[in-house]
Amino acid sequence: MATRGFTGRPDRSIDLPPGQHLVSDFPVLSAGPTPRIDTDKWTFTLKDGVRPVKSWTWAEFNALPQSRMTRDIHCVTTWSKLNTAWEGVLIDDILADAGIEPPTGFTLAHSYDGYTTNVPTADLVAGKAMVALRYEGKPITPDHGGPARLLVPHLYFWKSAKWLKGLQFTQRDELGFWELRGYHRYGDPWREQRYADD
Amino acid sequence: MQWQDATIARIEGRSPRVKSFFFRLPQPMTFRPGQHVLLRLTAPDGYRAQRSYSVASAPGIGPAEEIELAIEKLDDGEVSPFMHDVAEVGDEIEIGGPVGGHFVWSPDHPGPSLFLAGGSGVAPFMSMLRQRSIMGSRVPVTLVYSARTREELLFASELAGLASRGDGFELMVTLTRDSGQHAYRTGRIDAACIARIVAAIAAPVRQVLICGSNPFVETAAEGVIAAGIAAALIKTERYGAADPQAEFERQQHGG
Repeated sequence: MATRGFTGRPDRSIDLPPGQHLVSDFPVLSAGPTPRIDTDKWTFTLKDGVRPVKSWTWAEFNALPQSRMTRDIHCVTTWSKLNTAWEGVLIDDILADAGIEPPTGFTLAHSYDGYTTNVPTADLVAGKAMVALRYEGKPITPDHGGPARLLVPHLYFWKSAKWLKGLQFTQRDELGFWELRGYHRYGDPWREQRYADD
Repeated sequence: MQWQDATIARIEGRSPRVKSFFFRLPQPMTFRPGQHVLLRLTAPDGYRAQRSYSVASAPGIGPAEEIELAIEKLDDGEVSPFMHDVAEVGDEIEIGGPVGGHFVWSPDHPGPSLFLAGGSGVAPFMSMLRQRSIMGSRVPVTLVYSARTREELLFASELAGLASRGDGFELMVTLTRDSGQHAYRTGRIDAACIARIVAAIAAPVRQVLICGSNPFVETAAEGVIAAGIAAALIKTERYGAADPQAEFERQQHGG
């Protein structure tokens, strides 16, 4: 049913996922204080269950093949931003450097502040996702998740975990921080999967 | 998501830019202080816009039949200008929720709790403090509330009333852009003022909740951490996406 008197923005012609609107700035949404992580102490660890497969220092990680992704991003709080330009390391290249094939179909991303989010492994590989180190040509600022954040642009942006510390393959689909608090386990913006029962 | 057609029962001006909308809910809602709801508008062609707003009213005892949302008008917004300029008492608006299980307060929390609110970020704290009052709680809570000017202070007399009871609730208001005569502190919150507030709380602070624009939350969280409180005790709720004011404040903070 239509809301009396509501017509919407005049500039809403762009093709966005349902319920989204464009912003020109880059809003910040985080559940806690912004952690400041020194790149001298930063490490990234790939785990299979509880077993560490490989860890990289900041220098080692920066020496991996660097790729670019320019994508639209969609936040569950309904803002979208078009053509955001990121550089970093594709998950495919991380796996190749570790010398493994994905051992399970489920992945849990871990952040330095204790945040977690679950993403099916299939949504991380085949060029779909990266660990981003740069945004619009510059190091990612702490409030936007620097020094390194996950980038899974085809899912709602809470899946693109800030302050990334590692990826862990899990036997089952283990829910992350927001997924345990009522948000959707997959989070496809085009199917408007915002909340658990959407 | 559970959606329902709520009816606007009352509209009350809270400041030049903020109005409270009181929605009557056909399906009474059980929520926790600090949670938010979604407000969804639908155009005749099916286009929809939705935004989330923290509930300002207390859950009370049993499911709430009415909720209060304090909505700030953002000039380049889509939902808030509609609510301010078009919506009227008697209109039906779709409401979904409640959502958000992180930025919440429970009367069972032993405290002391420190709340820091910037501007319209005071809304979720109103729900918490009203519920605390309904429950007759004496858990120590300090609210630091930063607004630009006296006329932009929301819920000023109600907060002053709650703070005058001597039941463990302390209020500290600071005005960032009001150099006139008033009884409040003047200036932005900073690490030094947060350190003094934390030092004045008798027992070690066990919970910190911060809500406001992103620059406000950043400054407040850094100050709280500098005052020796563990980051794990801090929860934040950041307002304001495409808000020119937030952008302005961000530039004022140099970053």
